[in-house]
Parts: sequence; C-alpha cells; structure tokens
Amino acid sequence: MIEVKDLHKSFGDAHILKGISTSFEKGKTSLVIGQSGSGKTVFLKCLLGLFAYEGGSIAYDGKIFAQLSDDEKRDVRAEIGMVFQGSALFDSMTIAENVMFPLRMFTKQSKSEMEDRVDVVLKRVNLPDAHNKFPSEASGGMQKRVAIARAIVNNPKYLFCDEPNSGLDPKTAIVIDNLIQEITDEYNITTVINSHDMNSVMEIGEKIVFLRNGLKAWEGSKDTIFKTDNEVVTDFVYSSNLFKKVRKMYLDENQ
Amino acid sequence: MTYLHNIGKYFLMIREMFRKPTKWSVMRNLIFKDIDDLIFGSLGIVAFISFFVGGVITIQTALNISNPLIPKYLVGFATRQSIILEFAPTFTSIIMAGKVGSFITSSIGTMRVTEQIDALEVMGINSINYLVFPKTIALLLYPFIISIGMFLGVLGGLAACMFGGYATLEDYILGVQTDFQTFHIVYAFIKTFVFAFVLATIPSFYGYYMKGGALEVGKASTTSFVWTSVVIILLNYLLTQMLLS
Repeated sequence: MIEVKDLHKSFGDAHILKGISTSFEKGKTSLVIGQSGSGKTVFLKCLLGLFAYEGGSIAYDGKIFAQLSDDEKRDVRAEIGMVFQGSALFDSMTIAENVMFPLRMFTKQSKSEMEDRVDVVLKRVNLPDAHNKFPSEASGGMQKRVAIARAIVNNPKYLFCDEPNSGLDPKTAIVIDNLIQEITDEYNITTVINSHDMNSVMEIGEKIVFLRNGLKAWEGSKDTIFKTDNEVVTDFVYSSNLFKKVRKMYLDENQ
Repeated sequence: MTYLHNIGKYFLMIREMFRKPTKWSVMRNLIFKDIDDLIFGSLGIVAFISFFVGGVITIQTALNISNPLIPKYLVGFATRQSIILEFAPTFTSIIMAGKVGSFITSSIGTMRVTEQIDALEVMGINSINYLVFPKTIALLLYPFIISIGMFLGVLGGLAACMFGGYATLEDYILGVQTDFQTFHIVYAFIKTFVFAFVLATIPSFYGYYMKGGALEVGKASTTSFVWTSVVIILLNYLLTQMLLS
C-alpha cells in the first residue's frame, strides 16, 4: 500500500502539487487522471523518488520514503516496477537482455535461472519468441509488453505505469490494460497508472484519482465516476459525445 | 554564473561517479563494450590521420630547410619532436573530442530523452556510475591509441621522406634517434591520461544533463565538442608550462 499525505512540489515559483493526499491499495489498479499540466507526471515522479518534494510524505507499506537511508531507499526501489510512456527499453540490449536486466542487477541467480524467469514473463506478456529481437525491431505494442515484462520480472510490490496506452491503437490499448489488470491481481501488487485514456478509466479503474491544477479534485472508482455530480470531473471524463451518451444510458438504466 | 554552476555540477557528477558502484559482473561487461566502442573503434581514424600528418610534417620541415648548413637529419628530429610532444597527445585528442566525445554525448543524451536514464534511477541504480564510470575506465587505454599514433606518425614521416626524396633513410633515422629524451614520452603520456579523463567526463556531463528532445541532443554534442576542445587546449598549456618549462 502507498500512502501520500499533503504532498507539495514546486519548480522555482511554480507550485505544481498543492497538497495531495490519497492512498493506493495493494492488489488494486489505481488510475491518476487529469488534463495535461494538472501535475500527474510530477506526482508520479515524486512517487518514484525521481523528484524531491518540499512538503508532505509518501509511505510504502508504512515506510516513509524520505526518512529512509540510501540503502533502504535502494531496497524500496528494487521492489518497484515502472512502465514508461515511451517504454524506455535499452536500445543496445535485446528484448531478453532488457527483461533480464533487473535480475542481473539485483539478484544472485545463475544465468540459467535468469533465462528461465525471462521465458516465464515473456510468455506471460504473450511474447514467447521475441527474445533475440532488439527494441527497434519491435512494434509499439510489443515494446509496451516488453516494458511490462521488465517491470514484473523481479516480482515487484509496486507497479507504476505512465500513459501505458499512448501511441497504441484501441485494440492493443485494451490488451495492455487487461494485461496490467491481470498482473496486478495475479501478483497482488499495488499498481498506479497515469492515464489520459478514458477507456482505461472505465475498464480497469478500481480506484481513480482526478487531479486538477495540482490538487486532488475528486476520488472514486469506475463505478462511482458515472454517478458523480462533480462538474470538473464530468467535464473532463465525458468531454466526448460518445462518453456523454454512454453516461446518459448508464444513468437512465440505473434510475 | 551559469559557467560556475556548470563547473560545480560537473565536479558533483565526478564525485557521484564513484558512489554506489554497479555490480561488478555488469560493470565488467560495460567496460569491455566501451573499450570496443571508444578505443578499438577509434584506431582506424587515428592511424590514418597520424600516418599522413606525420608525412606532411616531414614535407613541411624539409621544404623550410633551405640553408645547406643545416643537416638533413634535422627533418627526422623535427618530425619526432612535433609528433611526440604535440600532435599525438594533443591534436589527436581534439580529433577524439569530435569522434568519441560526440558519440558519448549523443548516446547518453538519447538515453536521457527516451527516459532510459529515468528507468535506471527508478530501479535504484546509480546512473552516473553505470554510464560514466565504464567510459572513464575504458579511456585509460587511450595512451595505447596515442602510442600507435606516435609510431605511425614517425613512420608516415619516413615514408614521405623516402618517396619525396627529402632525406635519406639513414638521415631520417639518425634524426629520429638524435637527442632523444625519455621524459618527453612521459610528458606525452601524462597529458594523454589527463585528456582521456576529460574526453570521458565532459561529453558525459553534456549528455547526462541535457534537456529537451532530438534537436537538443545534436546541440549538446556540438557544445560538448567545443568545451572538451577548449579544456584540452587550456590543460595542454598548463601541463606544458608545469612539466617542460
């Protein structure tokens, strides 16, 4: 579980995060949504420890990250898996080497043990034959799946995804969403996803945090987001006519 | 103020390079890869340039010696001194700032743009140690390239002398051997080690701390080449003043 309390972050005079408090539960897929510039990426980078913050706290299973020693921080980070927006695969390595990388860095497994584990996770993300390809030879969807495989190979406790569906066609985007959801359930991990994709919100948002101008404007789930009267949320989530119609139908059916 | 800020940041990067070392089994492979990319990958161009510049130095020297009282072996002497003292350590380093420096800046810069450095940091890896340290160690073999450059430069001078008819083989070899001081080689290698450190760290600094996209990677490579060259030239002056004067 990740608990965030009164998180503040500024860049010079620009106050980006203005006191966000929320929590992300173990075994659940949580989505952080909001317009561009709302502070989502900064929030995620604070969670990952890539940005230092001025106020508040972030606790991983009760351990306040800022109060940990360097070694303890490294231990927490070794339990984090991250899927970047652009996948961030290492160009100079094959797909198998990319997936094996966290094992080589953080475990004392033998080469054959590592290869076995890589086989398992590549099969899990439906890429059983991609071992020897380089990232440049893989499609966007494949790269995302490799990034997910790399993120879960070392059995992380926390999985973070930054816009996992960006640049993907709708069908592949659903495959990636479902994969993340299944992995979250299967490995019982705490998953936090930054997303713009409203399909993802409706499909896998077991918890949804809506950010606006650096503040938490709303918090709920894929079920409650249909019923909310919060105009800021409805303006953003149901900005397309299609989603407006879907919401109307849902509300009509459930009246 | 920006210059001072960058100088401070550069030294902090150097300190960070030695902290939280990467696992040795991984680091060893990175070092071998960088030796291949930075050292063996540069041998061809250094050999080619050294050989022909050695030849040009010989021709220029021979053509400028018009006084018949000046002995012919001086051509070999002047070529050796020019190559060992300046051309091989300093000017080869300027060429390497273009070749190796740009490669380092653009490869690290691209990793920054594509969030690969963020990926390393998220995993709890000291990305500066992971990226810069193996390049610095690999470039400790830089004197090996310079030695080959020295040898081929003198050989190029010999070839030019023979084929151009500027001096006899015996005169040239006599010139190369005349008044040879071992300390000149030591001086050249001291400079080479210092330049190797500069060649590894300044381009890494510009790649690591770059911001922006693909266009900025190109700009960072250019800036890194300019500053690496400036620092090499300044250090060359300081080291020459300290070691030879």
